Amino acid sequence: MATDLHAVIPPNAAGIGDINKYDFRTESTAVFKARRGIDAEIVTQISSMKNEPAWMLEFRLKSLEIFNSKPMPRWGGTIGVDFQNIFYYLKPAEQQGKTWDEVPEEIKKTFERLGIPEAERKYLSGVKAQFESEVVYGSLQEDLAKKGVIFTDTDTAIREYPDLVRQYFATIISPSDNKFSALNSAVWSGGSFIYVPKGVKIDFPLQAYFRINAESMGQFERTLIIVDEGAQVHYVEGCTAPMYTTESLHSAVVEIVVKKHARCRYTTIQNWANNIYNLVTKRAVAYEGAMMEWIDGNLGSHLTMKYPSVYMVEPGARGEILSIAFASAGQHQDAGAKLVHAAPNTYGRIVSKSISKNGGRSSYRGLVKVEPGAKKSRSSVVCDALILDSQSRSDTYPYIEIEEQDVSVGHEASVSRIGEEQLFYLTSRGLSEAEASTMIVGGFIEPLVKELPMEYAVEMNRLIELQMEGSVG
Amino acid sequence: MSSGSEKLIVKDLHVAVEGKEILRGVDLEIGRGEIHALMGPNGSGKSTLGYAIMGHPSYEVTSGSIELIEADGTRRNIVELEPDERARLGLFLAFQRPMAIPGVRVADLLRHAVSNVRNPLRKEGQELIGMREFRQELRAKMSELQMDSEFARRYVNDGFSGGEMKRAEILQLAMLRPRFAVLDETDSGLDADAVRLASQSIAKIGGADMGILVITHHEQLLEHNIPLRTHVMLGGRIVESAGPELAAELHKLGYDRIRATYPDAAANEAAMSSGNRAEVTAAT
Repeated sequence: MATDLHAVIPPNAAGIGDINKYDFRTESTAVFKARRGIDAEIVTQISSMKNEPAWMLEFRLKSLEIFNSKPMPRWGGTIGVDFQNIFYYLKPAEQQGKTWDEVPEEIKKTFERLGIPEAERKYLSGVKAQFESEVVYGSLQEDLAKKGVIFTDTDTAIREYPDLVRQYFATIISPSDNKFSALNSAVWSGGSFIYVPKGVKIDFPLQAYFRINAESMGQFERTLIIVDEGAQVHYVEGCTAPMYTTESLHSAVVEIVVKKHARCRYTTIQNWANNIYNLVTKRAVAYEGAMMEWIDGNLGSHLTMKYPSVYMVEPGARGEILSIAFASAGQHQDAGAKLVHAAPNTYGRIVSKSISKNGGRSSYRGLVKVEPGAKKSRSSVVCDALILDSQSRSDTYPYIEIEEQDVSVGHEASVSRIGEEQLFYLTSRGLSEAEASTMIVGGFIEPLVKELPMEYAVEMNRLIELQMEGSVG
Repeated sequence: MSSGSEKLIVKDLHVAVEGKEILRGVDLEIGRGEIHALMGPNGSGKSTLGYAIMGHPSYEVTSGSIELIEADGTRRNIVELEPDERARLGLFLAFQRPMAIPGVRVADLLRHAVSNVRNPLRKEGQELIGMREFRQELRAKMSELQMDSEFARRYVNDGFSGGEMKRAEILQLAMLRPRFAVLDETDSGLDADAVRLASQSIAKIGGADMGILVITHHEQLLEHNIPLRTHVMLGGRIVESAGPELAAELHKLGYDRIRATYPDAAANEAAMSSGNRAEVTAAT
């Protein structure tokens, strides 16, 4: 049962030509399609489609009530989402593919264009890719499984590891945290579940690709990562969304628990279509001596509101957030970070880089909170904005709440424009003005890009080049 | 094919910055393979000439021409060309104070620059010069110039010492091999040993296929680069040209004789520098 999406999609809207490369679609092969809108019936239907335990259905229904009662966030941008005009669940194929050969041809074609087979060949051991609402492909190196590492989609985890999931699920981000965490809790589907047992260090990145592929299709993945004592993991999530002309919503919840002396790094590069509302709640709790790092790249979307957080709840915990935002025409990136120092000797760092061009707007919104008793804690915030033309805009909203004397908190912010002298210098070396601007922008984000795994660094640079095309004229 | 007849000819060049005239009729002719020295007191317009030749957008050519003469006699006025088009035609400017480009490695800038200059029709996004070939050449050039290969991995002029900046400019000169180069005070801020090294490096890079205009206050940079002609700029004009003995004289005796000999240019100089003073006062 294929839906011809081409029939309902008008030709390219103006101003989004620069991500044309990623503007491809395959026929949607969903076998089940929920109706538009959200109510108790839809939520119940989603739960029963997934054969979920009663506690999960109860959790979803309670979350729905919270969602209905919560107001929209009063910060960030204007959220013009018609909640009753969105599909909340789509199931792309009957079964989750276990090997590449078993993945349906139509879906495989999409992934091939996203470069997943190459990624796999190069160094992936485990791939989790979400197509529409469910994970359709996954593989995990055998020795990882032997070490007791669990890397699966969250739906499967609920069935196969119910006790483990239930112990942590929604304990870091409760449905009542905000309207969108409530929405996600009610209708969530897919996402990754990772458990790394005590002392196990995974020395290559675990990766997942996500993709929205149906008009007005909401994507509400739910990721839960538990890194047990002394363990180590780097999880990489990448997004390349095709373009649609009606408004679309992506609202994920990512919860991470980093136990004593464990380390977790979570890397995201998102390149959403220009009509997508990307409203994501990401939070990690770091225990004694633990280290949590978020690396967050936001390109595309109509509005992104995302503030990865680290709650440092025991002595010696560390949290670091590196974020890159690129806002072009019709885009607002309201991105930032939160560091909560709730124990002594905790160390936090935020580095944020934003680029605005063609009338785009990027805002840094960040919170550093030091609770009473969190003595000798240190926190530093550096946010740099680069504005490429006079139509574009950049704002900084730093919130600093310090309730302890014996701490060190620093905040630096800078706003710059590409200088005529820099451009002249580069063009005098034979670079065109466009090449020179791209090079300057690339240099601006280089300190963050070099933290990415090589393949993602290359992709990030390519995305920036695409965003920069035709920006000078 | 002889490159001897290729020339860069500056004719009655007038240049204004923010409406204020800096160059007031400069004439200069440099053949490919020749070295010329340009001297003159501060503020006489030497750097302005360099910027105008390279096409800085703030330096407006109000009259006159900058012509490139090809071996076959074709003449081309380049004053309307963009800086990158001039670079692709084989022009180069070593900056007195080069700009920092944070996050961009010396090697990355050079790979793009070399790709464009050697393939002038290359468009954005088209293939760059092969990585292996480029690296080999870069390494060879750096070792010739006694530079540490790590230097290529650093961000362009970001946190460089004065000496490192100048050496980076010389490295770019060596890699790009222009037909005509303006070296704007490549010796300023360097100690005697560093100037000697720079002088030797430039001598190594230059040769029969490069025309060089050396802007300098000292004759030391010319030690290994004996100029065919030495020109003196005063008040926005080249007032005197002679052999290398002129550089020695100016280095020893300063510009008093020049000012006395060319009172009109000296008057312009006074007017320009009082304008400068007025600006400084206004800014403070």
